[in-house]
Amino acid sequence: MGRFWSLLFLSVPIFGVGVFVWAPSHGYGLPKDVSAHGHQIDHLWNFILILTGLVFVATEVVLFWFLWRYDAARHADPVKYTHGSHNLEVIWTILPAATLLFIAIYQMNAWADVKIRNPGAEGMPITVEVTGRQFEWRLRYPGKDGKLGTPDDIYHVNDLHIPVNEEILVALKSADVLHDFFLPELRIKQDAVPGMQIPVWFKATETGWYDLVCAELCGWGHYKMKGRLTVESRKDYDKWLDDMYAAQEATK
Amino acid sequence: MSSHAIGSHAHEMAHAGEHGHAAGFLGTYVFSRDHKVIGIQFLFSTLLWFVVGGLLALAVRWQLAWPWKEMPIVGPMLFSAEGGQISPEFYTMLFTMHASVMIFFVIIPILAGAFGNFLIPLMIGADDMAFPTLNMLSYWFMWPAFLCMTLSFFVPGGAAAAGWTGYPTLAAVWTAAPGSEMGQTLWLLGLIFVGVSSMMGSVNYLTTIIQMRAPGMTMFRLPMTIWAMFITAVLQAFALPVLTAALFMQLLDRTVGTGFFIPEGLVVNNTSAGAGGGQTLLWQHLFWFYSHPAVYIMILPAMGMVSDIISCFARKPLFGYKPMVYSICGIAGLGFIVWGHHMFMSGMNPYLGMGFMVSTMMIALPSAVKVFNWLGTIWGARIQFTTPMLFALSFVSMFIIGGLSGIFMAATPVDIFIHDTYFIVGHIHYVLFGGTAFGVFGGIYFWFPKMFGRMMNEFWGKVHFFLSFVFFNGTFYTMHILGAGGFPRRLADPYHYASFRDMQPLNQFMTICALAMGASQLIFVANFFYSMFFGPKVGRNPWHANTLEWFAPTPPGHGNFDMQPIVYRGPYEYGSPEVDTDYYPQTQPPPEGHEHTGDAGHH
Ligand SMILES: [Cu+2]
Ligand SMILES: [Cu+2]
Repeated sequence: MGRFWSLLFLSVPIFGVGVFVWAPSHGYGLPKDVSAHGHQIDHLWNFILILTGLVFVATEVVLFWFLWRYDAARHADPVKYTHGSHNLEVIWTILPAATLLFIAIYQMNAWADVKIRNPGAEGMPITVEVTGRQFEWRLRYPGKDGKLGTPDDIYHVNDLHIPVNEEILVALKSADVLHDFFLPELRIKQDAVPGMQIPVWFKATETGWYDLVCAELCGWGHYKMKGRLTVESRKDYDKWLDDMYAAQEATK
Repeated sequence: MSSHAIGSHAHEMAHAGEHGHAAGFLGTYVFSRDHKVIGIQFLFSTLLWFVVGGLLALAVRWQLAWPWKEMPIVGPMLFSAEGGQISPEFYTMLFTMHASVMIFFVIIPILAGAFGNFLIPLMIGADDMAFPTLNMLSYWFMWPAFLCMTLSFFVPGGAAAAGWTGYPTLAAVWTAAPGSEMGQTLWLLGLIFVGVSSMMGSVNYLTTIIQMRAPGMTMFRLPMTIWAMFITAVLQAFALPVLTAALFMQLLDRTVGTGFFIPEGLVVNNTSAGAGGGQTLLWQHLFWFYSHPAVYIMILPAMGMVSDIISCFARKPLFGYKPMVYSICGIAGLGFIVWGHHMFMSGMNPYLGMGFMVSTMMIALPSAVKVFNWLGTIWGARIQFTTPMLFALSFVSMFIIGGLSGIFMAATPVDIFIHDTYFIVGHIHYVLFGGTAFGVFGGIYFWFPKMFGRMMNEFWGKVHFFLSFVFFNGTFYTMHILGAGGFPRRLADPYHYASFRDMQPLNQFMTICALAMGASQLIFVANFFYSMFFGPKVGRNPWHANTLEWFAPTPPGHGNFDMQPIVYRGPYEYGSPEVDTDYYPQTQPPPEGHEHTGDAGHH
């Protein structure tokens, strides 16, 4: 039976790698990236995937091989009576430590781009204020004067429009409980926190419609707190804003 | 060491005087102060809750595979009003209670409560815990918690439904969700009782391990199981007060309107949430300050047990005993400064996120060291593929996956994408099911003969292992690629989103695997109960193991040992050239001329 069990453990790296090879061609895997910063995240994902994949295969194959090779039922060699090896301990402490430290430092720039280098701090005006509320996304655009909180603000729900290839600055808020502003194709995720206004910035590189997902549990209706992101040309975007404003004025 | 002998002996005398006469059924089996009975009480209670938690999980899986479809058999019974389908309110309650039950009623108490209680005095050569009455109380304090949680299913609004993390304001404001009515209050009360129970346990374990070791049992002759229990108790003792404070604060927010976690002027579901003035993120900091160390509370004891089992069935000393001990200590130390990795997307200062990222990366290191040492242990071994060994090996194999997938989340930019997706769900189940639960199964098969005096059936044990292993991977491995597609957690109907619609067939496959995995556990249940009464009787040391519990009679009577154990060496002297047998119990006096050798760590 030792052979059977060894092979069972060998099936772990085989299927483990197999699933990740099979996945992308069957629609599982990172969705298409349409953001300016997303390639950094995808690159890191792939980098870590390959690195951990190698460690995974190596350790699991070693596990298999030792089980196969040192099965008491098939090999009568005496056990290697040892309590460990100082040199090995040093090696397998320092190598992973260096690798982990490298990953830690390597990723810092990408993190800073998405979460630290806030263009709002350099005076960029807010493009749109997004407020999570059970169970919808309330949107407020500054209107022609470029300022929020003036009478020409444009209000809308769940249907977020932005111009393509332009830096967008979102002011993210919550009216009641935690929500999370998740744009899978734009590699953006940020909790909306009651009592806080959190800046979120990104640049979309392709026009189209994308899902706006609420990714933080916000109550029974969490699953249906769905919005849509429309990325369009500057011209279409301006026209949409004008139409929205006109429609809003008409109902006043 | 002589002070130990006298102390322990005096204790034994006092103990015998106390319990000398028959204590009656209630005293022996119900309100027992014997650590073994308490351990077995914990074992049965937690296994029962394991069934509850598992069924809740299967209902979650049902909804993810066939949303809004009538559940077979149980559907019409539970939700006849909704046409037998799971409602979205009920779905949020299902995953909240699944996690709460599994973490607070199964994993933590089965490791510390069941195995900790049963094994600590036996493995260190003590006749009982340092504080037997406190020990009994620590078990009975679980019952108010059991009661609160059970009751919460039947109160208006149903059980808690704000996630096992209980994040305000969803959890703290009554109007935020049906489960945030009475259910959440009962949830908080339940957790407070669990905390009190754990606190009593950890104080007891620390005292017992420090004070009551048998003569010759130095700290560096303790088996890894005991080291892990010791460090776990330290973690509990330092982290629990913070959680308890947080639980009380949320309780006060909910009952008297203190507003610790509620900002000013909040209106939830058209109702004012009170005066406010608080911070929702504060809860997350306090909660994770406990709940990250809790991740280690939930795995370190299993790591310890796995180390003991692997060395025993490799018939070879544990590779790198001291590095193993140091890495447990390292995990515990670092474990207190990584909690922020649960909050990378929370709105916490992103610079702070960077700091937590570095500490989180480094905590992967001791885990890696442990894996390498387990591999070192089976190198050059003579491996016996028993059921406990298979479960212990699968712990290593699955923990490699769970450990490596953690690096993705520690990498903050990658976490932006995978946070709150099924990648995380896959990760924690590799650590807590593939890791801890498999370790626990290994522990049960391994120590069952000591607990009940009979062996479990090996053939059915292996069938149970094989099916659990295969279906576990079928259920959880694919979660990683769901997560890679951005598939979010906690959605009652993810297929509502165009992005995730194509992922339903894979979810159906996973659900079928989960159902099969659940069904496979029936083999374990049958084997467990059949063996308890009809399994072959065994002597003291059926596995030819070295540690002290195997020196005690099987099953051990009151006071554990019929002879005072004296410890001559470390617990992993398998295959020692000093003796003819391939094991060398800690209590066996060395042959003439070998008095100074055979200690673990001397080489
Ligand atoms: Cu939500
Ligand atoms: Cu953590």
